[in-house]
Amino acid sequence: MSEILRRDPRKEWIARNRLHPQHLEVLAELGRSAGQGAASEWVGPHGLVRRNPHVVGFMGPNGLKRIDRSGVQQGAGGGRAAKAAAQSKPLVEIESPAFLVTVVPDMAGGRLTGHDRDLLGLARQLADADPAAPGAVLAVIFGDHKEDGFAEAGIDRLLHLDGPEVEGFAPEARLGALVAVENAWTPRHWLIPDSKLGGADLGRRLAARLGERPATGVWQLEASDEADLGWSCTARGAAGSLDIQRPLPRFALALAECAEPVSDTRHAASELTLPQALPARLSRIEDLGQVAVDPAGVALSEAEFILSAGNGVRDWDGFHHAAEVLGATEGASRVAVDDGFMARNRQVGATGTWVTARVYVAVGISGAIQHLQGIQSCDKVVAINMDPGCDMIKRADLAVIGDSAKVLEALVALVEQAREEKRNAA
Amino acid sequence: MQPDTHAIEGLAVTVLVSVGRHPVTGRSRRADQDARGVELARSLPGADIGLLHAGRLDAGNEAALRGYLGMGFDALTLIEQPENSDALPALAEALKAAPPQLVITGERAEQGEGSGLLPYLLAERLGWPLVSGLAAVEDVSAGVATVLQALPRGQRRRLKVRLPAILTVDAAAPAPRQSAFGPAQRGRLEVNEAPVAADVELAEWQFNPARKRPKRLKIVKAASARDRFKAAAAKAEGGGGQVLTDVTAEQGAEAVYKLLKEEGVLR
Ligand SMILES: Cc1cc2nc3c(=O)[nH]c(=O)nc-3n(C[C@H](O)[C@H](O)[C@H](O)COP(=O)(O)OP(=O)(O)OC[C@H]3O[C@@H](n4cnc5c(N)ncnc54)[C@H](O)[C@@H]3O)c2cc1C
Repeated sequence: MSEILRRDPRKEWIARNRLHPQHLEVLAELGRSAGQGAASEWVGPHGLVRRNPHVVGFMGPNGLKRIDRSGVQQGAGGGRAAKAAAQSKPLVEIESPAFLVTVVPDMAGGRLTGHDRDLLGLARQLADADPAAPGAVLAVIFGDHKEDGFAEAGIDRLLHLDGPEVEGFAPEARLGALVAVENAWTPRHWLIPDSKLGGADLGRRLAARLGERPATGVWQLEASDEADLGWSCTARGAAGSLDIQRPLPRFALALAECAEPVSDTRHAASELTLPQALPARLSRIEDLGQVAVDPAGVALSEAEFILSAGNGVRDWDGFHHAAEVLGATEGASRVAVDDGFMARNRQVGATGTWVTARVYVAVGISGAIQHLQGIQSCDKVVAINMDPGCDMIKRADLAVIGDSAKVLEALVALVEQAREEKRNAA
Repeated sequence: MQPDTHAIEGLAVTVLVSVGRHPVTGRSRRADQDARGVELARSLPGADIGLLHAGRLDAGNEAALRGYLGMGFDALTLIEQPENSDALPALAEALKAAPPQLVITGERAEQGEGSGLLPYLLAERLGWPLVSGLAAVEDVSAGVATVLQALPRGQRRRLKVRLPAILTVDAAAPAPRQSAFGPAQRGRLEVNEAPVAADVELAEWQFNPARKRPKRLKIVKAASARDRFKAAAAKAEGGGGQVLTDVTAEQGAEAVYKLLKEEGVLR
């Protein structure tokens, strides 16, 4: 067959005019020439894409025609691959950066926090402002991590410092490492989250050590010709009651939501190493580890680990025992509260508390929308439920289908066994 | 835990106090965190507590500073400084002249820049270790303080720090006692002179009442209208979670246990 596409404008016109007596014939003919049933899409005489909705879709159960526009059904070839390509983000590589923007993320729980991502977005603004001389974003992270989205978060260079001396609360060792970064690369900007998770402390230490005056509580950035670094910033002062307009200094401690996180590019996140090994130093602060706090005393809205009970819990003593053994704060669905098994201040959801737990274990909770709203910002959700089709299972990162009492009992046994082994080993 | 009374006999503590600002009325008052710092110092039995303030002395400030005296003190040392001067050199000189074992401060001031840098700069100048965000001091003995640091989510961390040290106080520290009016009026303000360092940089900044920060919009970046609609109407979904059906309770518990361990929430 000839490779040249021959078009018959008259037939195309008939194909578009579904009232034409020859409409169906022509459609079939055009379709046949395309070799895959009737054509649903073709390029019209003026270069516009023409669609024929009559040939797509399928008959629904009650005899009505249904069209699925999700793209699953649609025309063979090309379409899907193109869509996949559009979805995978373009990779941006900066070979020889004009300068460095260093970010020191908090990495709470070993992952980039929302605050960290906002800061990386801000760092990208600073780095990409001048397309002729782009800068690179360097992230310095300490200790073990579980993050695999560094590239999507907008990091060009990654310095991962590991070792027992920087684990836990080790401000002096971390400070030493950051000073080494400053000496090795002299970044143009330092951005550190102004957060209780460690950034606020570390950033102030670093600025004090290097003798630079940082901007704290920064929440907005504007380009400015008068400032030395070409930027001015707005920062919160006086316990949040003042806005201070000032030129952006080299060190900035920024608040959450200071910028939009990076969303449509990927970056190299290539590993860097420090040119010199870190000097060993004697720490005057010793970390004795976290203290067990009474989980029942922690406010539900800020608890880190919640074990939540719903209508599927029958064995309440077992549930309370499990929460105690796991060291989890107790939560509940509305039904459990209304039925009088849990206190009102334990209710999670639209009319209860919006929780921010890192790990949320829902035991016998079906996942009504009012409940799911309350756990929107939870990182990991575990569901223990009898019903594999319920909405909580769809939300959960891990779902166990089974009787709640039995699973909890087995879980408690496991934890106690592990603790016993640890005690024997010690 | 009751601190060891014998060990901290004669422990010299200086609390740096500042003039606060009431969040609603804007009137000057004793600063909340500094008052907590004073309360923390008072909870150390046998501690010899001095109060130190650097700043201007006028009617409003005096009333606020007397608020600290009303927590059971005879005197407060005041280093007189004009407005908008850098308090750091004056405080550092005063602390160097008579070094205490512990310096307790709030995390940040309620007026002025309120950057929370002062304790860090002091620690750097004096070469002392600094621990931030304290909830309690558990014990001071043999030149080492055992303290509880407040972490987010109501967690606590126990630390040991070599003295002399600077401690800053978190809002989780015990609430300060009320200030008694009589002692507050009877107490003395001992005014000292010190060299003044003007804060030149600060004078060039613009200060405005805090604007409300714009609420972040949920921006959905989607190629088609259908995706945008789905994103707007979607229930929160984890997306591709693992579902264990037909497992025994033990196997299920094992999987949950593994996840809890990985996330580090089990202790
Ligand atoms: C205006 C309004 C506001 C509301 N606000 C809230 C709110 O803030 N918070 C809230 O939680 N609800 C709220 N609700 C109620 C909400 O709609 C649901 O009714 C409620 O969340 C359901 O609770 P549940 O999942 O515990 O119970 P159910 O829906 O009864 O679910 C029980 C689940 O347990 C499972 N199950 C049963 N037995 C077992 C077993 N032995 N082992 C394991 N699983 C088992 C079942 O399969 C089922 O999935 C609100 C409702 C309204 C109308």
